[in-house]
Amino acid sequence: TFDRRHNSTHTPPPARYGGRHTVTLIPGDGIGPELAKHVCELFRFCCVPVDFEVVDVDSSMASEDDIDDAIMAIRRNGVALKGNIETNHNLPPSYKSRNNLLRTTLDLYANVMHCQSLPGVRTRHRKIDIMIVRENTEGEYSSLEHENVPGVVECLKIITKTKSLRIADYAFQTARAKGRRLVTAVHKANIMKLGDGLFLECCKEVASGYPEISFESMIVDNTTMQLVSRPQQFDVMVMPNLYGNVVSNVCAGLVGGPGLVPGANYGENYAVFETGTRNTGKSIANSNTANPTAMLLASCLLLDHLKLHDYASMIRRAVLSTLTETKLHTADLGGQGSTSEVLQRVMNAVQSTGPRTLSM
Amino acid sequence: MAAHTAAMSMSKILHPFLGGRLGNTPRWLLTLLPPPAKYGGRHTVTLIPGDGIGPELLNHVKEVFRFCCVPVDFEVVHVNSAVETEDDINNAITAIRRNGVALKGNIETKHTMAPSVKSRNNLLRTSLDLYANVMHCQSLPGVQTRHKNIDIMIIRENTEGEYSNLEHENVSGVVESLKIITRTNSLRIAEYAFQLAREKGRKRVTAVHKANIMKLGDGLFLQCCREVASDYPDLTFDSMIVDNTTMQLVSKPQQFDVMVMPNLYGNVVSNVCAGLVGGPGLVPGANYGRDYAVFETATRNTGKSIAGKNIANPTAMLLASCMMLDHLKLYDYASMIRNAILSTMNETRLHTADLGGQGTTSEVVQSIMRVIQSKGSLTSEL
Repeated sequence: TFDRRHNSTHTPPPARYGGRHTVTLIPGDGIGPELAKHVCELFRFCCVPVDFEVVDVDSSMASEDDIDDAIMAIRRNGVALKGNIETNHNLPPSYKSRNNLLRTTLDLYANVMHCQSLPGVRTRHRKIDIMIVRENTEGEYSSLEHENVPGVVECLKIITKTKSLRIADYAFQTARAKGRRLVTAVHKANIMKLGDGLFLECCKEVASGYPEISFESMIVDNTTMQLVSRPQQFDVMVMPNLYGNVVSNVCAGLVGGPGLVPGANYGENYAVFETGTRNTGKSIANSNTANPTAMLLASCLLLDHLKLHDYASMIRRAVLSTLTETKLHTADLGGQGSTSEVLQRVMNAVQSTGPRTLSM
Repeated sequence: MAAHTAAMSMSKILHPFLGGRLGNTPRWLLTLLPPPAKYGGRHTVTLIPGDGIGPELLNHVKEVFRFCCVPVDFEVVHVNSAVETEDDINNAITAIRRNGVALKGNIETKHTMAPSVKSRNNLLRTSLDLYANVMHCQSLPGVQTRHKNIDIMIIRENTEGEYSNLEHENVSGVVESLKIITRTNSLRIAEYAFQLAREKGRKRVTAVHKANIMKLGDGLFLQCCREVASDYPDLTFDSMIVDNTTMQLVSKPQQFDVMVMPNLYGNVVSNVCAGLVGGPGLVPGANYGRDYAVFETATRNTGKSIAGKNIANPTAMLLASCMMLDHLKLYDYASMIRNAILSTMNETRLHTADLGGQGTTSEVVQSIMRVIQSKGSLTSEL
């Protein structure tokens, strides 16, 4: 049943009111609010038919009302763009990570991150093009921990057949849709024989239904070592939650850092877009030095999801052409440019290509 | 073992005099005395060939040791990874208890066998309580890598965490895997890390965790590290989430000094670092427990696909044997062999396939032996 209701056949929410879409916007903490504002600015400038419904989530409060409101808004609109919500360490352990709550409640089971070497960004490795499909709702992030004996904590890692089959199917469907050749499952089944063994088995089962795509598996430690020596060998990778976290951060580091890669979380009925590595960026908040690229590219993914492909390509082209100007690179890319300068340049690029825009 | 026990009880008597006669010798080091060389000044070390490239690399180690007249005898214990019974690995464990030190190749964990067949390597580590896995990743001269000047010591908890082998399937299709973090083991590994950092003159210890998600588990680990850190005011302590750590490692690895972490993150981080300094063929690893020490290659690869072809890189295994010699306090032999290995690595034409060259294992070993002979120390015939 899951292959019939897959994301590629999922229709985005209809643009009911005058052809405009409403998208939930969760600013989050750290650099989230400023980047979200830049996205709003840019969308307004390009006359993108999207309205944002802003929902603030206060990370210092212990009550879950804020995040529940946000979830309700996303259920209503079907799509969201979010910044990362900080998980305050000073609050007791019963206070769950807000981001995690959002993902599990909305059952956003697939986290997709596309890491590509971008032109204009100098990195140690070239020609990287990896799609990482990470299970987003179970695995090590089940938030199920207990301390039966004082000083001994048991943390449960849950792997289920249903979810593993689901994520494997998503990975293969995506690979097929994008014309990819190879899917690699990342696991640690030599040690976690039942858990990761089940995951691997599910991937193999699904792989048999896609004969045109090759399937391989690799142990997570070997994978990370190969990633730093020869990342060009990987095509599409599918894995449980924790390995996905590590592998996606390694890949983000390889293509230029957390400021460049957008991420998307897909569920059956909802989609939430954010930066790929989910950083709050507290230390650089409000200093106008954050790299807006990741958030802007995430908004392009959002537009693609809403089938506003023309706007998406227009903004993406402008962002990528801005990246080639080294003097505009922000601090994370080794330059001294500011966020607003980058944004101005993006808007210039959009205006110069001719479509209808507001005055600058 | 009697002399060892005597040494242990001596150390207990000497504790009150730590500030005086024994100077700065840390108390923990007194309990890690190597087994005494009882028979004619020669040590006996357990050798477990393992699978894949293990047997051939360990043969080379034996060759080099014999050539350099190192006073070490190897007691070889084979472990068959294809049988389900645990007799083989139990024999190996008994041999290590007897000798106190071992050098091993990786034992394959066959996926086709039932899940009840536990990983032999893991069994060995947990039975002997080898709680600290230490890996020193340094940029080696002569090896071209994308990052330079890396010098990171990784201390990884080796017995609990995600590798507890406790899994069950209460409901069909739903597997629960238990990750155990205990206060005792976390304090122990943190203590080890800080002691080692102090002893090697390091400045900073970084704890790697995911405590924003696994609040109780990694939260406990982090808390224990902080507790231990307060006893070492001369060392800086900071913590970093594992995803940020791996991203920093691939962009700016020079910022890290000593890192301490639970089992799974240790696995990933140590492999990333091994990849950064040149690959699995270069880095040696050591597993230390209170009473035993086992040395092997750091990334624990079986290397099945290159077994028997004479193309494996012997550097990691040979450097591991040097670490073993250091542990047995045979420092001169250790430095002699280590210097020979490092000078051989400068010769690009001898680089093996994993370093992008075409050299064979035997050429590399021959070159090492020639370098040792040219230095003038006592050797057998070439």
